[in-house]
Amino acid sequence: MFQFSVVNQWIDEFLRTYLSEGWTLLVEFVLVALLVLTAYAVLALLLIYIERKICAFFQCRIGPNRVGPFGILQSVADMIKILLKEIIRINKVDPFLFRLACFLVIIASLCTFGALPFDGGLHAIDFNIGVFYLLAVSSLGVVGILLAGWSSNNKYTMIGAMRSGAQLISYELSCGLSLLSIVILSGTMQLSQIVEQQSDLWFIFKGHVPAFIAFVIYLIAGHAETNRGPFDLPEAESELTAGYHTEYSGIQFGFFYLAEYLNMFIIAAIAATMFLGGWMPLHIPGWDRINEIMDYIPPVIWFFGKTFFCVFMALWVRWAFPRLRIDQLLALEWKILLPIGLINILLMTLLVIL
Amino acid sequence: MSNAALFLTVLITAMFMVLAALLIAKWLAPTSNNPAKGEPYECGIPTRGPSWVQFKVGYYLFAILYLVFDVETVLLFPWAVIVKDLGINGLILVSFFFVVLTLGLVYAWKKGALQWK
Repeated sequence: MFQFSVVNQWIDEFLRTYLSEGWTLLVEFVLVALLVLTAYAVLALLLIYIERKICAFFQCRIGPNRVGPFGILQSVADMIKILLKEIIRINKVDPFLFRLACFLVIIASLCTFGALPFDGGLHAIDFNIGVFYLLAVSSLGVVGILLAGWSSNNKYTMIGAMRSGAQLISYELSCGLSLLSIVILSGTMQLSQIVEQQSDLWFIFKGHVPAFIAFVIYLIAGHAETNRGPFDLPEAESELTAGYHTEYSGIQFGFFYLAEYLNMFIIAAIAATMFLGGWMPLHIPGWDRINEIMDYIPPVIWFFGKTFFCVFMALWVRWAFPRLRIDQLLALEWKILLPIGLINILLMTLLVIL
Repeated sequence: MSNAALFLTVLITAMFMVLAALLIAKWLAPTSNNPAKGEPYECGIPTRGPSWVQFKVGYYLFAILYLVFDVETVLLFPWAVIVKDLGINGLILVSFFFVVLTLGLVYAWKKGALQWK
């Protein structure tokens, strides 16, 4: 099985033969930055295209089909268009907080993105408290959204931001609890080690029923975290125009749009890493021939396959259910998901100990 | 390469990306000005009263409840890492913590704090 850490080592040795210690580090940091940026941008364009196409098929439409073959250049054209749009200055906004909000939202999503293990060794950050880090950094986005709504000096954005804040912080609990049950099972918080431990069997199978319950809870809570589908009340367009980013225009709106799409990918990727084995191929103990065949498929393809499976589930849910009311939304979290999550942790602990 | 340095790299990359895109947009995008353009958006008629209005107190209640349970998750993560070594003893000790927390949730539920009125 090919692992990307070989390439890392090769680049490191190659640079060290020609450059001094400090310059090597500098070049490597620049390489990491470039890779993260490129992956972020390309994935955003890809996700927007995939979303529009799949949504179109759900509604018996064709979707984008004019720009380039099958419309694949549509999202590139949109990106260029959004850069060319005027950034409108609103009279009474709080200018500092108004700009800070874009930064916070992008920082939260890019820092989470950097910690995802795409392949063995293909991750920017690999803390030994990885799961903790993911939860901590991704919750920075809430601050950005609240600031955006507050600073815009508009009633729609204000109500949208309050709703969004209540929803995001509520559902973060369930996300945390379901990830906690996987940490109990694996006994480590480092993402690369969590993936390594799933080399014989994925955690969703290894953890029996509790892991499956945790997976379902994570999918529901994660879907609510991204403000999409039946949980899109922060930007319920029939009530609040566009929610917390009503007053943003041009590229400033683009940042929120970008972060929203990437958050969908990040949630799906975390689900794939923690429950579905990350970049590990499907291995079944005892079935050696099948395991060998599975090893021929590259790990990156496994990772993206699982992630886009989760993304597809999210899109499916989005078009299958009508929007919830805010009381139903909070009742679902606090009266159903949270108690189940707490009991699930005890179940998982019993399973690990006994 | 240490993780802290890599984290800083990613952080700076994020800030650089936002700054660069804003600068490019400033350079490329047209600007025009008229007094009506700066008005906050509200259905095409001028806004009435201040926009920084009071909002429902229910949001605060959920924020406080969230704080309790989030701190709980933070405390449980280190325990979760070593639960295999602690064995049944660790589970019994933590279950006291769990019971106290669950009591808090039950209290809030009975008090009607989870009801959206």
